[in-house]
Amino acid sequence: MSFPWAKKYEPKNPMMQWLDQRLPFPRLVYDAVGAGYPTPRNLNYFWNFGSLAGIALVLQIVTGIVLAMHYAANTQVAFGSVEHIMRDVNYGWLFRYAHANGASFFFIVVYIHIFRGLYFSSYKAPREMIWLLGLVIFLLMMATAFMGYVLPWGQMSFWGAKVITGLFSAIPLIGPTLQEWLLGGFAPDNAALNRFFSLHYLLPFVIAGVVILHIWALHIPGSSNPTGVEVKSEVDTVPFHPYYTAKDGFGLGIFLIIFTLVVTLAPNALGHPDNYIEANPLSTPAHIVPEWYFLPFYAILRAFTVDFLFIPAKLMGVLAMFASILLLFFLPWLDKSPVRSGNYRPLFRIFFVFLLIDVVILTICGGAPAEEPWVMISQVASAYYFAHFLLILPIVSSIEKPKPLPNSITQAVLGKGADAPASSAGTTGSATPGLQPAE
Amino acid sequence: MIRAIATLVGVFFVGVLVYSFGTGLVTYLSEPHEETAEHVFHKHPEHYDFASDGMMGKFDTAQLQRGFKVYKEVCSACHSMKYLSFRNFADLGYNEDQIKALAAEWAIPQPSIDPETGEVTTRPNIPSDPLPSPFPNEVAARAANGNALPPDLSLITKARHDGGNYVRSLLLGYQEPPAELAEQFPDAMPGPGLNYNPYFANLNLAMAQPIVVDDQVTYDDGTPATQEQMATDVAAFLIWAAEPKLVERRQTGLAVLIFLIIATGLAYMSYRTIWADKKH
Repeated sequence: MSFPWAKKYEPKNPMMQWLDQRLPFPRLVYDAVGAGYPTPRNLNYFWNFGSLAGIALVLQIVTGIVLAMHYAANTQVAFGSVEHIMRDVNYGWLFRYAHANGASFFFIVVYIHIFRGLYFSSYKAPREMIWLLGLVIFLLMMATAFMGYVLPWGQMSFWGAKVITGLFSAIPLIGPTLQEWLLGGFAPDNAALNRFFSLHYLLPFVIAGVVILHIWALHIPGSSNPTGVEVKSEVDTVPFHPYYTAKDGFGLGIFLIIFTLVVTLAPNALGHPDNYIEANPLSTPAHIVPEWYFLPFYAILRAFTVDFLFIPAKLMGVLAMFASILLLFFLPWLDKSPVRSGNYRPLFRIFFVFLLIDVVILTICGGAPAEEPWVMISQVASAYYFAHFLLILPIVSSIEKPKPLPNSITQAVLGKGADAPASSAGTTGSATPGLQPAE
Repeated sequence: MIRAIATLVGVFFVGVLVYSFGTGLVTYLSEPHEETAEHVFHKHPEHYDFASDGMMGKFDTAQLQRGFKVYKEVCSACHSMKYLSFRNFADLGYNEDQIKALAAEWAIPQPSIDPETGEVTTRPNIPSDPLPSPFPNEVAARAANGNALPPDLSLITKARHDGGNYVRSLLLGYQEPPAELAEQFPDAMPGPGLNYNPYFANLNLAMAQPIVVDDQVTYDDGTPATQEQMATDVAAFLIWAAEPKLVERRQTGLAVLIFLIIATGLAYMSYRTIWADKKH
């Protein structure tokens, strides 16, 4: 694990020595996020978002545990218990708004983290496992957030649950039975609310477990960096502590400032007013929309409006929605360019900007009512989404001529002539065969 | 192999989407677009600067008391506010004795059970009671209101877009349906028991105009009770009721922000100090 020049943990305090010999927990921390983890010296601010995501998870767990002390998962009282938290529990409004907006901020941070990975091709060998585990975390987050949104038992909670669980009924043969089994009834009711609460409490700890695997897998090859050139010698790296603990600390401060602004000044800006109306199975809201972080996928779901051959439109939409996330699992093997960083890939860079614009358009379409011209726009945008990953990316990675790479991270930082002595050999791929992207 | 499958999947999804887009486009171009009455006549709420608006906004307790009086004398005949308790009116500037008196004199008694016989009965309200509902249940509420259910008002300003302005505009927005509506959308004209109001989502609502004349409520502080004043005051009261911790929340936020800005400044300086000798 890690590089040969990594600092070794040598406790001076006799108590720490005693502990280290019996349970080397301080050593684990030292090697994971302390001075024992050599990290590329050239990481930019986009590399802050991994640790921010971890902090966002802790924030959600802490606020969530407090909320669970006051919340009651029963359709008769759930909505009222949330109001009880808002009005009567000491600082209950703070915990609830921090938790509700914390979910949004968790997604903002994770989306930036994912797009960082996409732009700098962090998913390429030897880091495929980090990417795959990250996607598993993302899927778990989506499930957790969806079930959490149901718990206040407002109108959007209820109708969102009805629409999303209704997707399972599109599966041929077993669909309707599967939906009933998942809900414990024909429609979302007490059984569904209760099990959603149970799973909503469980899944964050599953996420925490996968996060540990994610970080473990990261420490095998070490962090990627903005040049995409692998670490070659000690001068390319700095110890994680104090260098990146300090930088992450500053990043955390900025994050908390923005978070506090939203929580205390506009806590309902990212929510929907209908969720302040108690769930009513007899009254359908004019527009059922999910939380903002699901809107791109919701737009893809609704873009399929026509039955195709023997496949009904609804099933096509469900397949496409799941495919839109699952295809990311195959990315390490679809993009075969030997160059990682988008900074050195002129053609890839243009299409990456298109993808960003496309996702923004999908988000807007997902929030718009299901009427023209929004449906047509979402169809074009969804088509680009699939084309980008499944058609354009493989072709671009074959035909593109990348810009010349720096010989090493140190050279990229200090300019030519300042190269580390040990690394005379060429570009990323050819220098270290073991680190070459898979064909 | 993976790339070949990916290409096939990609071509399939793109193909289906292009096909869907094509059929949608043909329909869009060939069929006439029908405007809806809501689209043409619905109005967004008119903006009003409430005392509680803005970062430093605070509730005007005199206004909240006036708004509360409007609720008590007009709205509470049909609308419950079940998430409010009498004790909450301390926020409006009433003292303990005033709240006790207010609860005891409240027109609707608190549902209760006779401690001697166990029979369902009622008793006078006390400060810890939630505001009792004007109707014993939903069936009774609908029966008394032409099958329409008057919504609970505890959260109304958070349950509507731009809630405070919405309530104020809706209360002042009752009018005769415009002649164009009758011409263009005869179906959208208010039916029996419905009233036209362009601020309501589908233009016609069951609630009759609640604030009808000036001086409908007599304010204790001598403020002239124009219709606009009453609508504004009750909207301000409902903003408070939906979010009683509004001011506390902003003040906490400002204190936390001051702390965070200082802490982040220190974090930035230590970051610069630590990295001073490392070019990156």
